[in-house]
Amino acid sequence: MSEPVRNAHSPAGANFSRDRSWHPPAFTPWYKTSVPRSPKHALISLDGTVSEITGPVFGHNMLGELDNDLILNFARPGEMPIGQRIVVHGRVLDETGRGVPGCLVEFWQANAGGRYRHKKETYLAPLDPNFGGCGRTITADDGSYSFRTIKPGPYPWPNGVNDWRPAHIHFSVFGHSFAQRLITQMYFEGDPLIWQCPIVKSIPSREAIESLIAPLDMANTVPMDARAYKFDIVLRGRRSTLFENRMEGN
Amino acid sequence: MVQSLGLIKETPSQTAGPYVHIGCVPNFCGIDGVYPVDLGQSMVNEKTSGERITVTGRVIDGTGTPLRDALVEIWQADAHGLYNSPMETRGKADPEFTGWGRCPADMATGEFRFETITPGSVPFRDGRMQAPHITFWIVARGINIGLHTRMYFPEEELANAADPLLSRIEHKVRVPTLVAKSAGGGAYVFDIHLQGDNETIFLDI
Ligand SMILES: [Fe+3]
Repeated sequence: MSEPVRNAHSPAGANFSRDRSWHPPAFTPWYKTSVPRSPKHALISLDGTVSEITGPVFGHNMLGELDNDLILNFARPGEMPIGQRIVVHGRVLDETGRGVPGCLVEFWQANAGGRYRHKKETYLAPLDPNFGGCGRTITADDGSYSFRTIKPGPYPWPNGVNDWRPAHIHFSVFGHSFAQRLITQMYFEGDPLIWQCPIVKSIPSREAIESLIAPLDMANTVPMDARAYKFDIVLRGRRSTLFENRMEGN
Repeated sequence: MVQSLGLIKETPSQTAGPYVHIGCVPNFCGIDGVYPVDLGQSMVNEKTSGERITVTGRVIDGTGTPLRDALVEIWQADAHGLYNSPMETRGKADPEFTGWGRCPADMATGEFRFETITPGSVPFRDGRMQAPHITFWIVARGINIGLHTRMYFPEEELANAADPLLSRIEHKVRVPTLVAKSAGGGAYVFDIHLQGDNETIFLDI
């Protein structure tokens, strides 16, 4: 006789609960737009059900050949954008340190002068006719990804009268669970604006901020072509279902 | 000292900013020709099984103003309660239904709109059935970490009353913030309030 299954409906392990003291809180009044856009009530805790543990995945076949090449994916034939040529690479990991394969990673940024290509953008720095500013890729079996771009410039923004964003690249990441969904920003080693930025300062600890700063990676530069920056992204891990049902999620 | 668990910290969130469209829906903000279409714009096709519905709404700030720079994503089960995901272990979902949608708020009105199907029921962790629902995730300038919530259906009164999440909420007066309004003909309206008397319940999932 087989062991009765105590809970035939129990899904695979839910994600580790989020450390909300590590992430920025909703209400950070020095970043003024957060004031009317921050919920005031406590979040209601919900341990992941199948609705949260599952998530969409995207096949490599959706990618275009130049999707991870911001130097060429908007440029006119034979031309390239102005700016410092860089490669950004790293791995998407989970909190246990394992690489997460098959993650869609989307990235966007301003051009070398700090100007975004967007209908609502009004900064006086010029557009670069050869730079769009968007790209995407899907992580390999070991969770690794890379893309080529030009280094974005810092830009002023309306918050305080003289607030500037440090140079940064925005990232949107899908893990395997919808609960892992994450949007963040990557900063560049050595930029003094990082420590003056109200958006950066929404993050409570210096240690957490430092985890968003990509180091210059001379070991992965392309000589006579492009420097490299390394940026690893960590998504939430998943609990093993020890003694809950059978071992899953490992 | 004790042994190390060997865990590393999750990457901290940062706001999606006002130009989230460039990365997530570039065609929407005028960047043509990089991607053929914006991802998540279409969830169903003519072969998708299930009852067609539309879900529209706005994300509204503490002053009552709709956000015109929000990005909304939804995730839901197919008509039989299965998710189109490799993490789904209970069966194979309808391959003609992605279950995932992404819509930027309209730059003038702030409205988002999804054409989808009524989701089937899926179980809670303990095996009880949950009422049919759609998972929402909202990002925007001024939102420091993406907000998760759920939309439930107004005609599912019995299922909603028995739903393991809804029935556990202490402040019953807030439960209606998770239930869409029916506009008839399979049209639902689900406004999301970031603050105020009708602040939507957001979930720590
Ligand atoms: Fe930015």
